Amino acid sequence: MSSESMPIAGAGNLPGAARRVWLETLHEWLITVDHKKLGLMYIGYALFFLVVGGIEATIIRIQLAVPHAHFVSPEVFNRMFTMHGTTMIFFVAMPVLFGFANYLVPLMIGARDMAFPRLNAFSFWMTAFGGLLLYFSFLGGDGLYGAGSAPDVGWWAYAPLTSKAFSRGHSTDYWTVSLLASGFGTIGTAVNLVATILSMRCRGMTLGKMPLLAWLNLVMSGMLLFTITPLTAAQIMLMVDRYLDGHFFDTHAGGSAAIWMHFFWIFGHPEVYVLIIPCFAFVSEIVPVFSRKPIFGYPVMVAATVAIGGVSMSVWAHHMYTIGMTSYENAFFVLTTLAVGVPTGIKIFNWLGTMWGGKIRYAPPMMFCLGFLFQFLIAGLTGIMLGSAPFDWQLGNSYFVVAHFHYVIVGGILFALFAAFYYWYPKMTGRMLNDTLGKWHFWVFLIGFHLTFDFMHIPGLLGMPRRIYTYEPGRGWAIWNMIATIGVAFQIAGILIFVFNLVHSYFRGRVAGDDPWDAWTLEWATSSPPAACNFAVLPEVRSRRPLWDLKHPEDPDWKYE
Amino acid sequence: MGRSWGRGGAKAFAVLSAPLCLGQGTSPRPGNIFAPASTPAEMIYGVSVFVLVITGIIFLAVFGLLVYAAVKYRRREGDDAREPAQVYGSDQLELAWTVIPVIIVLVLFIASARVIHQVQDADMPAGTVQVTVIGHQFWWEFRYPKLGIITANELHVPLSGTQNPRPTLLKLLSADTDHSFWVPRLAGKTDLIPNHPNEMWIDPRIEGMFLGQCAQYCGVQHAKMLLRVYVDTPEKFDEWVAAQKRPAAAAPPAGESAAAGRRLFETTACVACHRVAGTRAFGRVGPDLTHLMSRATLASGAAENTPADLRQWIEKPDSIKPGSLMPAMNLSAKELDEVTAYLLTLH
Repeated sequence: MSSESMPIAGAGNLPGAARRVWLETLHEWLITVDHKKLGLMYIGYALFFLVVGGIEATIIRIQLAVPHAHFVSPEVFNRMFTMHGTTMIFFVAMPVLFGFANYLVPLMIGARDMAFPRLNAFSFWMTAFGGLLLYFSFLGGDGLYGAGSAPDVGWWAYAPLTSKAFSRGHSTDYWTVSLLASGFGTIGTAVNLVATILSMRCRGMTLGKMPLLAWLNLVMSGMLLFTITPLTAAQIMLMVDRYLDGHFFDTHAGGSAAIWMHFFWIFGHPEVYVLIIPCFAFVSEIVPVFSRKPIFGYPVMVAATVAIGGVSMSVWAHHMYTIGMTSYENAFFVLTTLAVGVPTGIKIFNWLGTMWGGKIRYAPPMMFCLGFLFQFLIAGLTGIMLGSAPFDWQLGNSYFVVAHFHYVIVGGILFALFAAFYYWYPKMTGRMLNDTLGKWHFWVFLIGFHLTFDFMHIPGLLGMPRRIYTYEPGRGWAIWNMIATIGVAFQIAGILIFVFNLVHSYFRGRVAGDDPWDAWTLEWATSSPPAACNFAVLPEVRSRRPLWDLKHPEDPDWKYE
Repeated sequence: MGRSWGRGGAKAFAVLSAPLCLGQGTSPRPGNIFAPASTPAEMIYGVSVFVLVITGIIFLAVFGLLVYAAVKYRRREGDDAREPAQVYGSDQLELAWTVIPVIIVLVLFIASARVIHQVQDADMPAGTVQVTVIGHQFWWEFRYPKLGIITANELHVPLSGTQNPRPTLLKLLSADTDHSFWVPRLAGKTDLIPNHPNEMWIDPRIEGMFLGQCAQYCGVQHAKMLLRVYVDTPEKFDEWVAAQKRPAAAAPPAGESAAAGRRLFETTACVACHRVAGTRAFGRVGPDLTHLMSRATLASGAAENTPADLRQWIEKPDSIKPGSLMPAMNLSAKELDEVTAYLLTLH
């Protein structure tokens, strides 16, 4: 579509061709409805906020490195963990995953674009607006007791701390409105992905022949339609409380703080799966290609994903074991929470089955996938510990939980994302990421991750609650916090290598060609980067691995499926 | 039954938890959840060890398989470039790794549900000490309705023997935002939520002081909302109760400075928030100061209760606990000395 875009009015009067080209390019990106450009914009936007959220995390870790530190005030610390959590979930993890989904889904199902390109652009700009609005609060919004600026109520913003009585300024409103805005973008993307996957597949691609990535994004989008809505509803109720004297969460007027918790976590827990399922999708595409075998048990993988999507909507109150639910309610949520472990376990075993008997090639995408598998295994097992309500009465809201969910989000989601970057960067740019730098990135970041988050479990077992800006010496927490902070330096170094690799390889990387990994799905059948129309002729498939069939006419998949 | 697991599993766990115990002799771990001193914490400990053993076995099995596959099936030097056998799945295997996890889930569920029931639905014997805990930004109010005692930040409870159990039932309320009562060695945490009363119980079996703190983010000074539980022998507990029941301020304080301090205390805004039984100070917003000197700490554990810290706390609360809701009253140095002298008489 780039070749068809109109030059902006008056551009011809500008002196110098270079400037005109620059402006035209900018204009083209601003008005684009192309799924690939929007995908890249999502990814770029998320990488920017990854750095911002990372800086906030670094401030938190420096403050906690030693007891009674005075690096930042409690007010600043509270703002940092609120903004870190909100940023990383809503303005890093979701946009980057939507970016990959946007870029890859139409290519992998053999379509020319998403079902609703304009809605796609609208969704991106709503999300972008949400993030910018959140950060505008540093200029415009007073926090708790009218002090300072930027939200400081925690990323789950429990009532009644968010009520006018405690949060007098506008920082909570910035938080609310930015999540409302990006929430609309999210719903738009979810609708778009569902419509695209259901109605835009190329000839021959039945639901059972879709790449797993499309299946998993379909489940993820379906979940979003159910889970973003309660969050949106709760945000509107909070606005009504704050400005129209409503009493939904106003405990002094008979409102219920627990209701906010239910609304938030009925969004919040499925959200974890919304983030991890697309990462399962990356792993399910990359592990087979690098093991040189088809995915083990495709139908079971699909079924397990649908099961995770369904069951994960009934587990939310395991975030609330300590709020005084009855023993029956607690037991119910223990059962549902542990039950999610079954389909999740199936997935891990099926990836293992995919590797088993293969010829595994250890390029950076596969290395990150292996890191994902090990770390996600541990994250899942600590999740089982937290799922057992009595254990959670001790571990809940302690640093053990912080370590657990960072194991999911960094050890799982971020590692899978790095794998995806190394795997699809050649398709997106036409050049390979540097292999040596990729291996350095992997090892340095792996060491940093384990230094920080392995040792972070221990202060939780020793009674350290989360969200405290400082602590006393003599509780046995200090050494573990120091090690966790040292790990951050390694993580930063790893990220710097990665960013350098992204930039350097864009200009100097080895030219990739259409199919550098000898892969099997449709995105590798077109040029790198793909033309605006994706495919000159729309493809037709007969199996789940159309390029395998093409490369092995003597032994095609469609004979067996 | 829960407890018998605890004892049986304790040995097994000692091996697993070796890293946690390093340096146990030199550095105390007052919040170690694996050193229970009360029945609810013991029951939790028991099921925790059980869950840890099961998840540990799963970890070793899957980790081993992953390492094996990752090493065994790597592409080797001089590979013949042919694709490996294309295997699409195995119904038997997939059925196996569905059914086995289902069984594990059911076992873990039953183990958890039993402890949930034992802790949450326990009957309290006659003679249970009742305490109402009220969470405030950022301190704890303790009221003993049957004993007529009001105190703050340092909870005193009697030792509960196996022969003669005397548990303490805590009714949990909040005056403002959400808080959570967590003393890891005594019990799991339970939240204090406004307009949503909760209950929990402890029956400590070891005498001594147990540290805990607020475990639900409650605002600026969530970090310094510390908590102490003193477990006293029955005799010491009765002595403490008798001492707390006395209106400390019944007699006018001896000494001119303290008397002036009392006048000052009662004529400035101090009385709007604080209570001293038997005087004109009957505020309820801040901690009860009737027996301030019976407590070891100030500002919910943020400082030691020494005359110097007390004076600094009155002069400039933000220097000890920034963001605390106690305002600085801008007293002169002489006035500070006097108010401090008065508070030092509140035994």
